[in-house]
Amino acid sequence: MADTTHTAPFNRARSADESPVKRFFRATEIDTRLLGMVGAMLIIWIGFHFLSGGLFLTSRNLWNLSVQTASIAVMATGMVLVIVTRNIDLSVGSILGFVGMIMGVLQAELLPQLLGFNHPATWIITLFAGLLLGAGIGALHGMIIAFLNVPSFIVTLGGLLVWRGATWFVTSGRTVAPMDTTFRLMGGGTEGSIGAAASWIVGLIACVAIVASIIHSRRQRKRFGFPRRPIWAEYFLSAVGCALVLGAVAIANNYGWPVNIARKYADANGIAWPEGGLFIAHGIAIPVLIAILIGIIMTFISTRLRFGRYVFAIGGNPEAAELAGIKTRWVTVRIFALMGMLCAVAAAISTARLNAATNAQGELDELYTIAAAVIGGTSLAGGMGTIAGAMLGALVMQSLQSGMVLLGIDSPLQRIVVGMVLVTAVWLDTVYRARAK
Amino acid sequence: MTEQRTPLVEMRNISISFGGIHAVDNASVDLYPGEVVALLGHNGAGKSTLIKILSGAYRRDEGEILINGEPADISNPRDAKKYGIETIYQTLAVADNVDAAANLYLGRELRTPWGTLDDVAMEAKAREVMGRLNPNFQRFKEPVKALSGGQRQSVAIARAILFNARILIMDEPTAALGPQETAQVGELIKQLKREGIGIFLISHDIHDVFDLADRVSVMKNGQVVGHARTEDVTKDEVLGMIIMGKVPAKATPGPGAMQMA
Repeated sequence: MADTTHTAPFNRARSADESPVKRFFRATEIDTRLLGMVGAMLIIWIGFHFLSGGLFLTSRNLWNLSVQTASIAVMATGMVLVIVTRNIDLSVGSILGFVGMIMGVLQAELLPQLLGFNHPATWIITLFAGLLLGAGIGALHGMIIAFLNVPSFIVTLGGLLVWRGATWFVTSGRTVAPMDTTFRLMGGGTEGSIGAAASWIVGLIACVAIVASIIHSRRQRKRFGFPRRPIWAEYFLSAVGCALVLGAVAIANNYGWPVNIARKYADANGIAWPEGGLFIAHGIAIPVLIAILIGIIMTFISTRLRFGRYVFAIGGNPEAAELAGIKTRWVTVRIFALMGMLCAVAAAISTARLNAATNAQGELDELYTIAAAVIGGTSLAGGMGTIAGAMLGALVMQSLQSGMVLLGIDSPLQRIVVGMVLVTAVWLDTVYRARAK
Repeated sequence: MTEQRTPLVEMRNISISFGGIHAVDNASVDLYPGEVVALLGHNGAGKSTLIKILSGAYRRDEGEILINGEPADISNPRDAKKYGIETIYQTLAVADNVDAAANLYLGRELRTPWGTLDDVAMEAKAREVMGRLNPNFQRFKEPVKALSGGQRQSVAIARAILFNARILIMDEPTAALGPQETAQVGELIKQLKREGIGIFLISHDIHDVFDLADRVSVMKNGQVVGHARTEDVTKDEVLGMIIMGKVPAKATPGPGAMQMA
């Protein structure tokens, strides 16, 4: 055939004249883009660590960073799917605000009247109502986009104004507080962390899952006789995955409760106060656990389910997807409904963390969410993006923000830096993609 | 002979207009099993539009479609696929950013008992089908974007035959290909024909399809000029039909035939 010259070479033939580094990446199938992002993040972290005189890379700061990232990270996973299909959602911050306000009113004012104060079911009813509401709002946006053919930019720009206004209307601008005690666990803090033992268990389960999935995929490829990774690469990936997980758990477990809270706890439980102070580990924060769980679910949806395949196919070529018989309009509706639901999860995390629902909650979050997705490698031209990348993008954004707070940089300057980083990151990505072609 | 059998496809008196322009005007074509019918005409003659009505991309304003003599209700691409109609579009309608296997099964993915995508099984089947069509093809893991025109064409054809199409529509199937690949597509068409599949070939270039086709139907300005068996007419006569609308003696004139004085 005419095109054999640039297609036929098999991996084996190709690897002969490759440098060891290239061979290593080919064998392990590590995404070099993602690795580049991790590298950039490490540079940011180490840079802030030195500039702040050793304040950044402490278990306390990293733990806080993980909690602060959770809400944006949750929404960024949905934004990936939205952007992949060449849409945009500018309303996520306002949906977060509105759903948060409704959940606040529900648990602080309505449900106590019906069920009584601190009823054990309050949090779950509130959460489900929020999820339903978020999905409903998202589905409404999606339907207007898909069936009335209004561009998503306009629909969600309208949504941004409408839902922010609606947030204000619910209580005429009054802040609602406090939240239900169980609901508040979703926000993290000393109470909202699972402690050392449970964290190790979660870490071990994650390690088992990593190893199991690597073994499973190897078996599948063997069954159908496809090329496999060399065995050392499998060991290497398993080892690195487990080390990262256990390292993160160790950091979370290294951050102890503040002295005051620990002393109160000791008094309440009749524990004698030891000489050097009582160390009770935080462990992984519940919002972080929620975000990780959402990340896993969304990765599963986007790579393992038909829905996810359709999302990427539509992003790659909407016409081809339509001609292949995909109900593209309904896929759009479902993407936006999913996005709305994720906004509700983020609303639960941030109202719980603040212990209040305010009418300014989630303002500008849409921009941070989009920025996280884009920094994480989601292409605004559609068709490309990963959930893990977007979550990492959210972590990078939050690292910058919290690092600058540690350095005492004023908030106007913070925004300037974040804005410039966003543009630079996308520019670098464009350069990378042009070279990769 | 063939005329006594029931046609695989019969499109009767089809009309469609876009904003007052009659893209297709009272056109009728038919297709028998194991037959290749070339639909010829200039760019804008209405052939692609007519065939998009059959593949469900457009909805007709008037007329009817019969599949095996039964009226068929085709209002979207999914309906057409249910009748075994597969289309290979001129634009090679593939999703650029996913791999060959994902494209082959787009819209009809294989799933595991848990409802998740069975990528391994799809890749295995894709390797099998592609191996038959294009043994040199090895790039199963890469997005289709990275492939050459010929390879993309083989992906599009593989997708059509993967699902046991009975009626295959090929819109300018060789327009993007080099000579060797064109010959390969020709071989493939003969093979599919032997399997009893009816094929519509659409082209504005008579040289591409004359040797492959059993019959030609010529369109001009949205109307059918006429039909002819390729053994009864010469290339020049068909060119006369395409350019002037002049119907030779052995051809059957249609509504678009040039009115003789």
